[in-house]
This record gives sequence, structure tokens and C-alpha cells, in this order.
Amino acid sequence: MDVVTVGGRGAPARASRFFRRHRGASLFATLGGPVAWMLLVYIGSLVVLVAAAFFKIDSNSKVTTSLTTANVRAAFTTGSFVDAVVRSVLIALAVTALCFAIALPMAFYIAKVAKPRWRRSLIVAVLLPLWAGYLVKGYAWKSIFTPDAGKFAAHKGGGFLEATLGWTPGFGTLAIVITLAYLWLPYMVLPIYAGLERLPPSYLDAAGDLGARPFRTFRSVIMPILVPSIAAGSIFTFSLSLGDYITPRIISGGKEQMIGNLIDQLQQQNQALSAALTLWPIAIIVVYLLGMSRLHAFESV
Amino acid sequence: MRLSLLSRLGLRGVTIIGLVFLYVPLIVVVILAFNRADSTLWPPTGWTLDWWRQAWHTSAPKNAFVQSVQIASAATAIALLLGTLAAFAMSRFSFFGKSAISYLLVLPIALPGIVTAVALKNTFLRRIDLGFVSFKVGFGVHSIIIAHSTFCIVVTYNNVVARLRRSSPNLLEASADLGAHGLRTFWSVTFPLVRSALVAGGILAFALSFDEIVVTSFTAGPGDQTLPQWILNSFGRSKGVPVTNVMATVVMALSIPLAWLAQRLSDSTESIAGRR
Repeated sequence: MDVVTVGGRGAPARASRFFRRHRGASLFATLGGPVAWMLLVYIGSLVVLVAAAFFKIDSNSKVTTSLTTANVRAAFTTGSFVDAVVRSVLIALAVTALCFAIALPMAFYIAKVAKPRWRRSLIVAVLLPLWAGYLVKGYAWKSIFTPDAGKFAAHKGGGFLEATLGWTPGFGTLAIVITLAYLWLPYMVLPIYAGLERLPPSYLDAAGDLGARPFRTFRSVIMPILVPSIAAGSIFTFSLSLGDYITPRIISGGKEQMIGNLIDQLQQQNQALSAALTLWPIAIIVVYLLGMSRLHAFESV
Repeated sequence: MRLSLLSRLGLRGVTIIGLVFLYVPLIVVVILAFNRADSTLWPPTGWTLDWWRQAWHTSAPKNAFVQSVQIASAATAIALLLGTLAAFAMSRFSFFGKSAISYLLVLPIALPGIVTAVALKNTFLRRIDLGFVSFKVGFGVHSIIIAHSTFCIVVTYNNVVARLRRSSPNLLEASADLGAHGLRTFWSVTFPLVRSALVAGGILAFALSFDEIVVTSFTAGPGDQTLPQWILNSFGRSKGVPVTNVMATVVMALSIPLAWLAQRLSDSTESIAGRR
């Protein structure tokens, strides 16, 4: 390949010869910008965030040079903070489980049962709601959940659920779980669908030929192959739910507090403590990502 | 796999329920945009176009819409440039620390938005002293654009890198063998190859920025208002709900053709990898 020196004498040709000979230079020219941006803006900011959690902050909210562990200790031991963290993790797990329960049969139907010419339209139909706007969907659910205000209220009747099914979860934890599951469901359907699409039909035929009933095939052939896809989908549903604070605020009007709500509110009053609280989601997500990478989640997305 | 009729019907039933679950809230919003009553109670009491007239004559939602378009365009441009460069580097070269860089690029969407938001806010409000240069980013349209670009890079990167991975390196060798220099190869071979991935990645990055609220509310200046910020504020007001439904309907009507285009131009799997 090195003998290629044709291509004229102009500046572009000279530049292209230069970059072909100097791998380091072309690597720097392409990767230098993006990596510098990410390190400077993102990693730099994360470092500042962690620093802000450990350094004392004076009354002008400037970082002083004296170290303190008071904020971090408060963030990790105060009962109400730990409660909010536990609640957030449980909500994120419930959302992930609910998304999985709906996404698995949907993805299976679209990938393996529906007629091939319907597949593309069906998967686009699952993805389209992602484009409708996060806040709009949150408020749509709030209006859908509106309970009947009772006989003496100015407005009679309730929202869509109350009017059509005669039941509503109200504005509590269950309503938050349903809304979050709604928001992130497509992120679970898509990787499972992609995983099923890659599964060769011959595997299923082989299992059938060996006498396995559908349930046995599902348990022994399909599920083990799907584990990385499910893990990949769960990263989205878990991570996006864990840090969410807008949905609980919209749905419960601030009554239900997740960890994100505390971080948001403390931004005004105590920035150092707020920064210390962000160590919770960072730690939980890092542990979660490590666990999921053991299940090969990153090779499937 | 031979499934019984019952399990086929069961699976189809769950899929239909899932799709109903996905679309009912959107349909409810569209219907409420034409509801005569200023409330979210069901069923609507009658029909009116008043809210549409009101939305048309109010300047705040229109201004917010324009500001969102400007910010999303700038963030998309930066993300396209940096994401594409990174995609070329990562698919062409192997080097020490490559996997660390691929983690670095996806980190802003793996960590919860609130963490990114608080981290960027903490940095932008301080005077940063790097020794040779000292600066303060501050808050305004520019800080929103910087913040949005950071998490949009992964979307454009994912789309382009997936395309490059699938395309054969033989094409580039063939081009060089035929005497084309690097720039000529880029314009005649590489660029046409990744063009649709660039458009799809650009649309997704635009949509991601256009819809973003968490990082936006932490990095916006006091005078800035994007459309999601306007929506968040107007739902808090008692009289703002129907006009917000109108704006929501408008955004949905505009974004569906874009979504369809992005889907057509990219693999369904690569398009999602960076969406939030």
C-alpha cells in the first residue's frame, strides 16, 4: 500500500500523502477534537462536580481550599436521603420489570410471528412515540390519571382512565411507575427485537425437531441468547428512570420525592450537598453498568 | 417454532395492548387541543379552534419554538462534526485506549441527565483557571448549545460508526488503486457511503436537543426559554393547559415525518442507540 504516491501535486494530494504516511497525525486530526471536547466539557465537569462535593464552599458559593467530608457523609447517612435513594432504585427496578414484561411478547410477536411485510411498520410504530416530546407525554398521563374530584368539586368527572375504566391509580408511586414505563418502553422493545432478528430460525427448528415444546424452546434456546439484549434494554429503562425528577414532579405535584428531586431542590439551597447527592446515582449506575457488561450488554447494542 | 393458535393470538393481543398503551396518551393530547373546556377531564365537552387561534397570537410559545430550533441546529452541527470525526478515527485506527474512548463517548447518555446537568452547571458558573488560561462559561444560549452538543455527539457517532463498520475497506483500496488521493476518495466514495447515516444521525441529534429539558433548565440563562421550558412553565399556570396541548400537537405533526425519514435512512437498531 505504501507505493501509492500517485494522485497529483496539488495541496489536497500533498495533504493526503502526508496523512497516509503519518498515522499518528491523522489519528490526532480526526480524534483530537472530539476527545478534547469530551474531556474538557464532560469529564472536566464531572471532576468539578466531585470536587464540589468534597470541598468546603464559602458563602459566595466559591470552592475554598479546605476539604470536608461533611457533605458526602450527610448525603450517605441522612435517613430521608437514603429513603429517597431506595425508593428511586425500587421504582427504576419496577419500571424495568414492567417494560420487560410488555416488551418481550411484543418483540417476539413482531420478530417471529407477524408477517414479514408487517415487521418494519410495526417496529416503526413502536419507535414513533419517542418523538412526541417527553413533557407532553408526562402531562398526557397526568390528565389521563386525574381522579374524580367528588360530588362537590367544581369540575365533575375524572380523566380518561376514570371515565373509561372507572379506575385510576391517582397521582402516587404506581402512576409514576406507569408513566416512566410508558416513556422508556421502546428502548426495551428495540434491543430485544434486534436480538430475536439475529436469532437464526434454524435454532428454533432444531429445538422443535428434537422434540422441545414451544415453552421449552423459549426457556432453553431463546432466553439464553436474549440475555445481552435484555441487559442492554434494561440499561436504558433503569438509568433513565433512576435519575428522573420531572416525571415525579409532574405526576405527583412534588409529593413523591425521588433522588433527582432532592438534587434539583438542593441546587438552590446547598450546592455542595446537592453535588454530594449526585454521587448516589453515579455509584449506582456504575455498579449497574458493570453488572450488565458481565451479561455482555455492550456487545449487543 | 410452531406455536399453537392460542399462543399466537395471545402474543398478538399483548402487542395490540402495547401499541394502544403507546398511542392513547398521544391521541388524548391531540383531542384535548380541540376541547372547548379548559380542563383535562374526559370526555371533552365540545369542540373549538380557540386554543389554536390563541397559540398563533401569543408570542411566547412561538419565540420558544424558534429558540429551540436555533439551539438544536447549532448543537446538531457541532455533534455532526465531532461525532463523524470520532467515528472515522474509531473505525480506521486501532490504538491504545480505544475502548476507554468508546466509553467516554457514551457516558453522557449512560449517566442520568440530572448528573450531567448538575456537573455542567457547577462548571459553567465557576471561573475555570487552567494555569495558562482562565475563563468562565456563564449561562445563556451558548451554554445550552455546549451542553446539548456533548450528549448529541454519541448519536451522530453511533450512526456513522455503524455504517462504516458495515462498509467494506476494499472500496477505499480500490479507489486508491485507481489513483484517487485521499480527498478525492472521501468525496467520491466515503461521503456518499455515510451520507444517509449523517442525515439520520443529524435528525436524531436535533430531536434529542429539541426535546431536552433537564440539562436545559440547569444550563439556561435567566432570559432563555426553549419550547420544553415554556411547556413546563405553562402547565404550571392554571390557564395554560389547552394552548400547551396545541403546541404539543404541532410538534408531533412536525416530528412524525422527520421520524419516518430517520427510520428509512438508518437501521432501526442503530437509530435508537442514542435516543433518550
